[in-house]
Amino acid sequence: MTCQCGHAHNDDGAKQEALQKAMDKYKTVKGALIPILQEAQEIYGYLPKEVMQQISRGLSIPFSKTFGVVTFYAQFHLKPRGRNIIRICQGTACHVRGASKVFDGVSAKLGVGKNGTTQDLRYTLETVACLGACGLAPVMMVNDDTHGRLTPDKAAGTLEKYE
Amino acid sequence: MANVTLTINGIKVIVSKGTTVLDAAARAGFFIPTFCHDPEIPRFGACRICVVEIAGMRNLPASCVTEATEGMVVNTESPAVAEARKTILEMLLANHPQDCLTCEKNGDCRLQDYSFRYGVKGPGFEGKRHEYPLDDSNPYIVRDMNKCILCGRCARTCAQVEGRAVIDFTYRGFDTKIAPPMDTTLAESDCVYCGRCLAVCPVGALTYKRMAGKGRAWEIEKKPVTCTFCDSGCLFDLNIKDGKVIGVTAGSPGQGRPLCLKGRLGLELLYCDDPADPQMKRDGEFVKVSWSDALGLDGVLDKIRKIEGK
Amino acid sequence: MKNLMDKCCDKCTHTAFFPCKDYIKCRKEGPICHQDEACKQKRADFLGDIHLAADSDKRQVLICAGTGCNSSGSGRLVKKLQEELAANGLADKIKIKITGCHGFCEQGPLMIIEPLKTFYTRVDENDVAEIVAKDLIGGELVERLLYKDPNTVETAKTYETVPFYARQKRLVLHNCGHINPEELSDYVASDGYFGLTRALFEKTPDQVVEEVKTSGLRGRGGAGFPTGMKWGFVKQAQGDKKYVVCNADEGDPGAFMDRSVLEGDPHAVLEGMAICGYAVGADEGYLYVRAEYPLAIQRLKIAIAQAEEYGVLGDNIMNSGFSFHLKIKAGAGAFVCGEETALLTSIEGNRGMPRVRPPFPANSGLWGKPTCLNNVETFANVPQILRNGGAWYASMGTEKSKGTKIFALTGKVNNTGLVEVAMGMTMRDIIFAIGGGIPGGKKFKAVQIGGPSGGCLPDELLDLSVDYDSLTSAGAMMGSGGLVVMDETTCMVDIARYFLTFTQSESCGKCTPCREGTTRMLEILTRICNGEGKMEDIDTLDRITRVVKNTALCGLGQTCPNPIISTLRYFKDEYIAHIQEKRCPAGACTALLTYTINAEKCKGCGKCLRSCPAEAITGEKKQPHVIDAAKCIKCGSCITGCKFNAIERG
Repeated sequence: MTCQCGHAHNDDGAKQEALQKAMDKYKTVKGALIPILQEAQEIYGYLPKEVMQQISRGLSIPFSKTFGVVTFYAQFHLKPRGRNIIRICQGTACHVRGASKVFDGVSAKLGVGKNGTTQDLRYTLETVACLGACGLAPVMMVNDDTHGRLTPDKAAGTLEKYE
Repeated sequence: MANVTLTINGIKVIVSKGTTVLDAAARAGFFIPTFCHDPEIPRFGACRICVVEIAGMRNLPASCVTEATEGMVVNTESPAVAEARKTILEMLLANHPQDCLTCEKNGDCRLQDYSFRYGVKGPGFEGKRHEYPLDDSNPYIVRDMNKCILCGRCARTCAQVEGRAVIDFTYRGFDTKIAPPMDTTLAESDCVYCGRCLAVCPVGALTYKRMAGKGRAWEIEKKPVTCTFCDSGCLFDLNIKDGKVIGVTAGSPGQGRPLCLKGRLGLELLYCDDPADPQMKRDGEFVKVSWSDALGLDGVLDKIRKIEGK
Repeated sequence: MKNLMDKCCDKCTHTAFFPCKDYIKCRKEGPICHQDEACKQKRADFLGDIHLAADSDKRQVLICAGTGCNSSGSGRLVKKLQEELAANGLADKIKIKITGCHGFCEQGPLMIIEPLKTFYTRVDENDVAEIVAKDLIGGELVERLLYKDPNTVETAKTYETVPFYARQKRLVLHNCGHINPEELSDYVASDGYFGLTRALFEKTPDQVVEEVKTSGLRGRGGAGFPTGMKWGFVKQAQGDKKYVVCNADEGDPGAFMDRSVLEGDPHAVLEGMAICGYAVGADEGYLYVRAEYPLAIQRLKIAIAQAEEYGVLGDNIMNSGFSFHLKIKAGAGAFVCGEETALLTSIEGNRGMPRVRPPFPANSGLWGKPTCLNNVETFANVPQILRNGGAWYASMGTEKSKGTKIFALTGKVNNTGLVEVAMGMTMRDIIFAIGGGIPGGKKFKAVQIGGPSGGCLPDELLDLSVDYDSLTSAGAMMGSGGLVVMDETTCMVDIARYFLTFTQSESCGKCTPCREGTTRMLEILTRICNGEGKMEDIDTLDRITRVVKNTALCGLGQTCPNPIISTLRYFKDEYIAHIQEKRCPAGACTALLTYTINAEKCKGCGKCLRSCPAEAITGEKKQPHVIDAAKCIKCGSCITGCKFNAIERG
């Protein structure tokens, strides 16, 4: 996922600056830990240890608590992820209409399993509980785009256009 | 404060308003098992072993977090309660090693005691179990997370001392685990080995390394002593076997009683007949150090020698 | 005046900083503070453009940009239509309106042409030229894009005559698909913020609570607690600060009504929350939205910004002295945060683990303050209750379940999508009259209602009235309103296993019964599906489900065994068939299937032999082939390829 913050941060300094900005923004906000972690992940693509430590210090929250929060929510990642995030829906309607075959097809094409990232960092394959697009089952999301009425072949083909 | 009257197992009990059913039952002489309940830390209500049956309530509420109210009718050992407790124990045992024979906590373990009480012979279910590596990374605390029942008392008591909060709940669901940040060993964390967590662990997940193999729970007599190294007045236990002090363990981690390693080591030196060498972290590694170094007395002792040697 | 919400002339003094109490009324019926026909006309023109009158000679094209239609390509459709209108010199004359979800996602992308309400389905960008030439210019219908009923083969010309919509009562959804959700003026033109105006100027907070009590509205998020009663508790609670929180963490697999309301009519939710804030005495609110709903978050951000800009949210709303501020919190991916105490814990910045109740959020909620927590659909009902009165609302529905309920109808049913009906309609009417029955001539087997907390109901309960109490007594629950239809090829043990897979992976891990119990229940169900079950497993399931239901900490934990309890109650024979006969009656459990080739039908063409990935099929050319059961991986490739129906699965 690319950052939406509008700043260029192709180097660590710029990322650091963006993080500092986010932390300043939430300085006086109650319950800021999760929104800051979300912004930090937008900036870094994942949550490196040093970033979590910096956030903990900034908010005067024990690092153990920050780590506990990060590992609780499915959205947060401790390792770098691919440029394109594929999330295959495992919702009820998708299940009934063959989502597991779609998953197997994509998994075979990419050569990675659930939560795996391809070596070239092009794709990360994930599942999601329900995308709420049940009328189009089976469905997957690639980054912010939803693709519906999939077959294993159609799903694999769709991925080609994501560099 | 106003009082309320309730009936527990057919007996009328009068307690002050705000008392939990658990405490009211204790007042009436009825024992209710608990794992996660700890009067010293905020209520949690997670382990569910203390559930009771209350007339008019849909489910079986946890007695540790349910307030006694006027006219309440409680049954602490109804068939539904017994079935629930038995099943919860079987669930815990299904994900807990059955190595009681060699477990340091054998004889001092709530999981064992309650299984005995409810006639639970073993795990009721087959299936996956945790396979965490043993954390034997430091000279003071052995952490076996396979034995952890996730009552959370260790993490909650650790967080009570300003600046500690070394461990917390991590991950989610079946994978939930109490761990230091980044799920490292204790040695790699900021743990100060005060032993608060050891004092509250109801099972064999946390044990004293310096006591390992020295005796069984029923052979050891505990004698409380108050530490005088600082003015916190923390309580420790002298562990006595065959008339010899074999170790010192942390007592109750009450309010304002931080407990600390220095205090515990100082008492070991004072009371133990044969205390093991102390170890301290130097440049990230644990190394053996002198007692005066461990207790931070180097300068003081030099001065005393100088003054008194005069 | 560029917009209905702007001032008509300098005589209007309304701004967000110096608000006017007649602001909303003025925009629809004004001007009120002065007499000026020209000003009146300006308003009428804007209103007329938002909803074209039936006899208008203007045309307006509504294109659905809900998540469903968006992914079916409605974005490309808009672009193409803009180009095509420009090419025909119609760009200024015919307005394109981007709307939220119509609910009939199955048929998307959807297009409605007003004022005739011509309803085109599955519109492709290649159809655009024909629509412009034939319909918009020529005034003729493009027959082939009209909806055809798969059962009666009749075509429906307008939106209202499509059977899917005809039997519905779209109250909460009445704006969805018909207004531009990114325009406050569209909402106001549809009587938006009239409910808030009425509450602020015609009622005391107590009277608002009474009005909601009179309406009989019950929480639409799951358990169905009476909304007015909840508001009353929060109002009575002591506290210098109170909060209103909207639960938009819609996580039940199969449910997407909250998403559609947020995407299609976000102001209805904001208005409902503001009314609630006024009633209970709160000046601040949070919307906790699933991170998986980026479009909903975006639409809410736009809606809040517009509402604040025009002074219908913020400080001293319409000079009433009441202030109300709203913030959005994006969830971070945890189903359990749909449970109210977990949601509050999560807003506070913690692991979303439920807290013990009491204290209830009404007394001690967000940061320990009295908090009124309702879900999206509940809040979206409120503006209409204030506008039309509680008694009007209570005239719909059954004795104890008032108003309407939105269901997400999915699974093995012809018309999948969002359906809003008056409470008390039978399941049969929803599935067969609105849903159009089961596709492919298959037989209905069961309907799963209420998501992971709900249960499966068999065909003998098809005539059950759909309301809170009948569903609960039948062993299911309203839940958030997911309705998954299953036919004879759906295995009920597999469905129970599916839901347990979900709850097991979403259990927060705090309490023992849910953390350990879901794992063990799932393992037992998996063994049964794989043909490794034992008869005593049924007793074990019976016991664990009872204990988990009785002892789990939160509502989600207590209800997670429901899919097992209800399938054991109505479909025990399927469990027994899996265990004793090692057979899946629905033919769905892969491990229990066997593939064989009918030698009489097989022509020995060799197609299956080539397509088998496991090299399990052998045979000479033009001779009947054979499947080696030991090698077969039961993938089904052979059966899909065989032209002679020679491969049998059993």
